[in-house]
Amino acid sequence: MSVSSVFPQLEQLLPRVSKPIQYVGGELGAVVKDWDETTVRWALMYPDAYEVGLPNQGVQILYEVLNEQADVLAERTYAVWPDLEALMLENGVPQFTVDAHRPVKAFDVFGLSFATELGYTNMLCALKLAGIPLDSADRDESHPIVLAGGHASFNPEPIADFIDAAVLGDGEEAVLEITGIIREWKAEGCPGGRDELLLRLARTESIYVPRFYDVDYLPDGRIQRVVPNRPDVPFRVAKRTTMDLDAWPYPKKPLVPLAETVHERYAVEIFRGCTRGCRFCQAGMITRPVRERSITTVGQMVKEGLEFSGFNEVGLLSLSSADHSEIGDMCSGLAEQYADTNVSLSLPSTRVDAFNIDLAQELSRNGRRTGLTFAPEGGSERIRKVINKMVTKEDLIRTVVTAYSNGWRQVKLYFMCGLPSETDEDVLEIAEMAHEVIRAGRAAAGTKDIRCTVSIGGFVPKPHTPFQWAPMDRPEVIDGRLKMLKNAINSDRSLGRAIGFRYHDGEPSLIEGLLSRGDRRVGKVIRRVWEKGGRFDGWSEHFSYARWVEACDEVLPGMGVDLDWFTTREREELEVLPWDHLDSGLDKDWLWQDWQDSMSEFEQDDCRWTPCFDCGVCPSMDTEIQIGPTGKKLLPLTPVKNLRVPV
Amino acid sequence: MPIAFSQGFTPHPKISYASAAPTGVGSEAEYLEIGLQAPVDPEQLRVALDAALSPGLDILEAVIAGEGSLADRIDASQWRLELPQVEPAVAEKAVTAFLDSAEVLVERMTKQGKRAFDARAAVSRCAVAAEPDLPSGAVAVPCAIIDLVVRQVTPAVRPDDVLSGLRVVAGLEPPVPPRVTRLAQGTLTAQGEIVDPLDADRGGVGIGER
Ligand code: B12
Ligand code: SF4
Repeated sequence: MSVSSVFPQLEQLLPRVSKPIQYVGGELGAVVKDWDETTVRWALMYPDAYEVGLPNQGVQILYEVLNEQADVLAERTYAVWPDLEALMLENGVPQFTVDAHRPVKAFDVFGLSFATELGYTNMLCALKLAGIPLDSADRDESHPIVLAGGHASFNPEPIADFIDAAVLGDGEEAVLEITGIIREWKAEGCPGGRDELLLRLARTESIYVPRFYDVDYLPDGRIQRVVPNRPDVPFRVAKRTTMDLDAWPYPKKPLVPLAETVHERYAVEIFRGCTRGCRFCQAGMITRPVRERSITTVGQMVKEGLEFSGFNEVGLLSLSSADHSEIGDMCSGLAEQYADTNVSLSLPSTRVDAFNIDLAQELSRNGRRTGLTFAPEGGSERIRKVINKMVTKEDLIRTVVTAYSNGWRQVKLYFMCGLPSETDEDVLEIAEMAHEVIRAGRAAAGTKDIRCTVSIGGFVPKPHTPFQWAPMDRPEVIDGRLKMLKNAINSDRSLGRAIGFRYHDGEPSLIEGLLSRGDRRVGKVIRRVWEKGGRFDGWSEHFSYARWVEACDEVLPGMGVDLDWFTTREREELEVLPWDHLDSGLDKDWLWQDWQDSMSEFEQDDCRWTPCFDCGVCPSMDTEIQIGPTGKKLLPLTPVKNLRVPV
Repeated sequence: MPIAFSQGFTPHPKISYASAAPTGVGSEAEYLEIGLQAPVDPEQLRVALDAALSPGLDILEAVIAGEGSLADRIDASQWRLELPQVEPAVAEKAVTAFLDSAEVLVERMTKQGKRAFDARAAVSRCAVAAEPDLPSGAVAVPCAIIDLVVRQVTPAVRPDDVLSGLRVVAGLEPPVPPRVTRLAQGTLTAQGEIVDPLDADRGGVGIGER
């Protein structure tokens, strides 16, 4: 049975909504296939607005990997803005894909990519618009398998009622394996219906199907245990790790949006994983071990990606890009290859050292030295030991001053507020540091015309990190500290004038904390918030703290818990955590020890350069560190494209 | 393609659009000028651009720009307005009332706030098509089709302003949003015909196929 496009109905609504171009598709790189010539069909969603979702690497990679299969079709869908949502509900237009404008409900799999928990309410909007029952339990064979992926799926318990399955970790091989299972099940005539399909997925031991697990609670509200409710599924579900990234050089054909988006560039992940061991960073913990892409593969990807897309910006992504074993040669090689073109290169890096400046210098050869970013994360040396982000105050000042003396005029410093054991003094030291930076910077640059921006956000403890047991600070405490910091920065008017102050207040962080470390009971809060109109929670103009607090007050007390219980409460060593049955490879004893080490301000080295410290990942996941150097170099490109000759 | 770039820290590709159609409107006749760093065969340029653009955005022809700017050769547009669920006779009456007026004041939101201006003077032709045929495949019958030619003036008079004018003079309120398509742009002759702005540059080298 073929599925027709909803575009004729949608088109009637487009003149009445803002930015209609985001709904029309047709991007360079988009793929439209004949429905009837494929057997397994995926709708992939980034549950945020098109302008945020389109550049997402995860979705672009899976989209391409799936569409390379002859009998597989993958299309994309994004969250529609409330203006179109209302019109769609009124006119009966369902959630659609932007590629061929097919209704999401018609696909075999509805895969959502959760980089952040703040997309949960948007998932409910999409399910409602799609005509798919919100509860997994109410779905039948006519509905797609609702599948969650991305970092947030390392604790999908808060959305356990709404999803049918979740994949933890890398998706490249997972989506192909799931496709294979569905293909086979369909070829056999769909034996056993939806339950049988979910069972086959669960038996892989690396796809989590929440309905096959029961959660029991203790009288005090804590979890007693999470156990399978049938004999043929595993007790623990393991994460996926894609090894040998050179064999997976995606995206090859990046999507080029017609509408404006947050990033318009060709992004290449130069490595995955990070073992620096920052204790707050979930991404660093759950993506171990480090797997590098070689310098030559990166060079090849950049060349082909630019030729295909015509982008004139390249981002060399990873969790700490300056740590690639061949980053020096990679940057100078690419800078050389694209000298005299209009291609600019960028390298997000959080390292606070002179090497970072060398790289930035290399990459900004042609251009202006506008801004440079460093992330000390913690204001005092003490708190930096707590979070394992080691850099001394002297090093930090020296690094920033080097940047100013090399021609940079603007430096951005990133911090967090509300870290475990943090005091007012830890935060106030940020002001001292910023003053010092400006004072020394003015002397070094020989001009008053330098600026520094302090950017600070609330800390959110995440599952599978040593801080998973930590209590959060109340929003009043965070906001109080931020205010104190602001006053301290401005206490010296001459220095304060050169310092910008940007902050996120504490309330959204508390809700992010609820969603990050919540269990299945939090699902009722998410549903309540959505019913009350909550959506686009990552957007300050849509987020409502009051709505979340109200919903918590309505549904949580009946279950003997509340918002504070999930957020500001410190957990004990033996408490069963909602995600304990989900295996990130990290040994829980090691995490606990690291939490203890943190509280005694004891630092942990990086296993790339020192011996393995037994975090547990490599042996339990059967993986290994994959790094260079390969010793290869990037050769000059001929002919050079996109010459920039001003006329 | 060796597109030329502007000077400065953030160089922009040298592309200029002549009176682009408004959002939400179809078009069969958009024109743009591209600055190149080196001569390129126009047909080659056409094929390359067409391949990179979305389905439905088709580059029909490229010519080497001669004397004068594109903007100087465009002073009017022809539009087709489809009004589903509107009886042609009803539209006919509204159009006649519009044309019989010396001035039709309409309002539009601009960046400076609400503005009132005359939508009549710029209209050089406005007629209800005799035989409604629906190339865009809309299925609603009846459907009135208006053939409209508007001169370029300041402030610009757009098809939706003329529709507002029809409401003002005759209370015409289409029940569903009308579908508007630009059919041609160019220089308006004394006979009321529109001359293709590329005509002047045709007949030279490497002209693409129409
Ligand atoms: C680029 C980037 C952004 C960009 C672009 C976002 C976008 N549209 O993609 C911008 C600047 C907008 C951004 C914003 C934010 N970001 Co950001 N961002 C990154 C960055 C640098 C790269 C992300 C990336 O492309 N990774 C590579 C891709 C391939 O990985 P992936 O998406 O996880 O996908 C893989 C798997 O997860 C899986 N998968 C993904 N989806 C699915 C779906 C299914 C069905 C399946 C089966 C599998 C699957 O398969 C993929 C391939 O293996 C990362 C750091 C990093 N290097 O990872 C931070 C990072 C992801 N961001 C982070 C944060 C916190 C944010 C913000 C919340 C910040 C804020 N406070 O506003 C916002 C949220 C924005 C939003 N509403 O979504 C954190 C996440 C924190 C965490 N989980 O611990 C990270 C890890 C940085 C960090 N170390 O803190 N970000
Ligand atoms: S197991 Fe050892 S080598 Fe592997 S990531 Fe953990 S500490 Fe590093």
